[in-house]
Amino acid sequence: MLEIKNLHARIAEDETEILRGVNLTVKAGEVHAIMGPNGSGKSTLSYVLAGKDDYEVTEGEVLFDGQNMLDMSPDERAAAGMFLAFQYPIEIPGVATMEFLKTAMNAQRKARGEAQLSIPDFMKRVKEAAGHLNVSMDMLKRPLNVGFSGGEKKRAEILQMSLLEPKLCVLDETDSGLDIDALRIVSDGVNKLRGPDRAMVVITHYQRLLDHIVPDVVHVLSKGRIVKTGDKDLALELEKNGYADYVDAAA
Amino acid sequence: MNASVPIKHTQAESDLIGRFEAAKGVLTGSVAVTALREAAVSQIRDKGLPHRRVEEYKYTDLRAFMKSAAPLAAAADESAVKAILGGQDAFGGLERYRIVVANGAFLPGLSDVEALASEGVSVTSLTGELAGEHGAQLLASPKSAANDGVLALNTAFVQGGVVVKVKEGAEVSRPVELVHVAASAGAQVSRNKIYVAKGAKLRLLETFAGETGAGELNIVFDYDVADTASLVATRLIVGQSDTARLITSIATIGAQTEFKSLGFIAGPRFIRNQQFINFAGENSNAGIYGVTMARDEDLADQTLIVDHAVPHCNSREFFKTVLDGRAKGVYQGRINVAPHAQKTDGEMMTQALLLSEDAEMANKPELEIFADDVICAHGATSGQIDEDLLFYLRARGIPEDEARTLLVLAFLAEAIEEYGEDDVTEGLEARVRDWLAGH
Repeated sequence: MLEIKNLHARIAEDETEILRGVNLTVKAGEVHAIMGPNGSGKSTLSYVLAGKDDYEVTEGEVLFDGQNMLDMSPDERAAAGMFLAFQYPIEIPGVATMEFLKTAMNAQRKARGEAQLSIPDFMKRVKEAAGHLNVSMDMLKRPLNVGFSGGEKKRAEILQMSLLEPKLCVLDETDSGLDIDALRIVSDGVNKLRGPDRAMVVITHYQRLLDHIVPDVVHVLSKGRIVKTGDKDLALELEKNGYADYVDAAA
Repeated sequence: MNASVPIKHTQAESDLIGRFEAAKGVLTGSVAVTALREAAVSQIRDKGLPHRRVEEYKYTDLRAFMKSAAPLAAAADESAVKAILGGQDAFGGLERYRIVVANGAFLPGLSDVEALASEGVSVTSLTGELAGEHGAQLLASPKSAANDGVLALNTAFVQGGVVVKVKEGAEVSRPVELVHVAASAGAQVSRNKIYVAKGAKLRLLETFAGETGAGELNIVFDYDVADTASLVATRLIVGQSDTARLITSIATIGAQTEFKSLGFIAGPRFIRNQQFINFAGENSNAGIYGVTMARDEDLADQTLIVDHAVPHCNSREFFKTVLDGRAKGVYQGRINVAPHAQKTDGEMMTQALLLSEDAEMANKPELEIFADDVICAHGATSGQIDEDLLFYLRARGIPEDEARTLLVLAFLAEAIEEYGEDDVTEGLEARVRDWLAGH
């Protein structure tokens, strides 16, 4: 589903190179975890996949279902089935959450040539998904993410993910800022979405999240390259020994 | 003695002086009214139209903009007025009463005079009142803008308008739309006096329809809000027009009153919307809101003076401006607090969103405080669309144009929501969308 080949990317403004030849293949139905120390390029990778223009791809390619994803705008990528759960979901005062959800769902449907959702159908979907994630109607009545706690923001991200039904979910440090209970709710929400047609890339610092969202493959990203790939036991080993071995190996 | 050097008149100023001579027979009023008109035209003759060296018009140079002045519009043809009213509907399905002023004159035949009378509202023609013994009082200037050039132009040429009186305790059940119709080309100059008596409540909608051709539009709304009364005035200045739109509010508000206004501007080439608000009684609240959109070479000016002349009053001023192309936005807002006006609470904010490199915003919030126990604040911001917000929306599949539209709507909605007249402002989102789509 996702093929990243020799991806090099830098910050557009100051040309600092962050990704230095990432190779990664994720098949439908798989969950891959990407772990790594601060500054290894994890968030950059997620932004480059989503199409943020603060980053410039200097080499390599990204294929999504065989299509060149780097030629697509962020909204085209989303409509094609790419979803990024942000590490820091953004507050947008003046944009009502429900209005935003409806606009986003219908924009993607339109781009795919599907019919617009009827209001009752839309409401039913939102209520159902919100119930599973413990997102209250009160939260949905507020402007997008405004006044939400850290945990509420992350739950709202997963709510968006459930409603948009992407093929590829990239979760950027979704566990950061979550307490144990919130972590369980968010993880349950993510696990519900696991399926044979959907792939996930879970980016995290800590093994903790991977107890809840059990990955098929674990990668270690260091200095802009994947330096080690293994199964879920690799995460446990990292938790025990830290990243030191891999940081040195990459150097 | 200083011999004053006569100014060299522009074409527009010569036209205006000529217009006054030509229209003398039409411009009616008592002896005192005629004297006021003469004095106003002398001001134009001596000082010219307001220009950039007059502080209040520094950013809005009417003298440079107005290349000529067309004659006053002739009396309107009722069928033409009907056609224009049928073709535009500023507030959609909103249930409301209507008062029609066309080509500067009240048209009772097209106005809901009887229905309004049953609600305790009388409507008469200003023209008749100007001939009466209190005529000159109807043309009084606000203290804070005694020599304003736009008001002088209005006084010199005022053709008519309405005098609306809401009787004591009357709570008018529906909004009242006071619509100015330009049924044929020519300058249209009117003045409207609105009295809201003790305990009465009125929601006013101020709209403008039709084309004035080469003539300017100069309209004054003079509100007199008595103790414990309430007035909410929503003004919609929309649609394209190439000549000057000059609109003035004068408000005198009594004790324990509620006064709110929204000035919504989208489209005209040159607009000055100025408001002079005077607190004359204690424990009153005023909320003054503005939403402005301008593009191309448009100039849109929202000017405001709030006089806290008495203690214990609150005022909130909140203005939003969106500019594109080479448009220029102007916000001049001043809160004056008199020496004895203790416990005044004033909070002024003006924010601009610039959608292009070449748009320009002049934000000028001012406080003039002579009392020592007050809470007053002002702020001003100018910025562009936040790229991070835009990216977030696009990452959810919302195309760039729609994402930008959502963010502009969100920016403007803050002021519209705080204004809090949902039934009246319901249709404004569609107008913002139209404007963004280039209509």
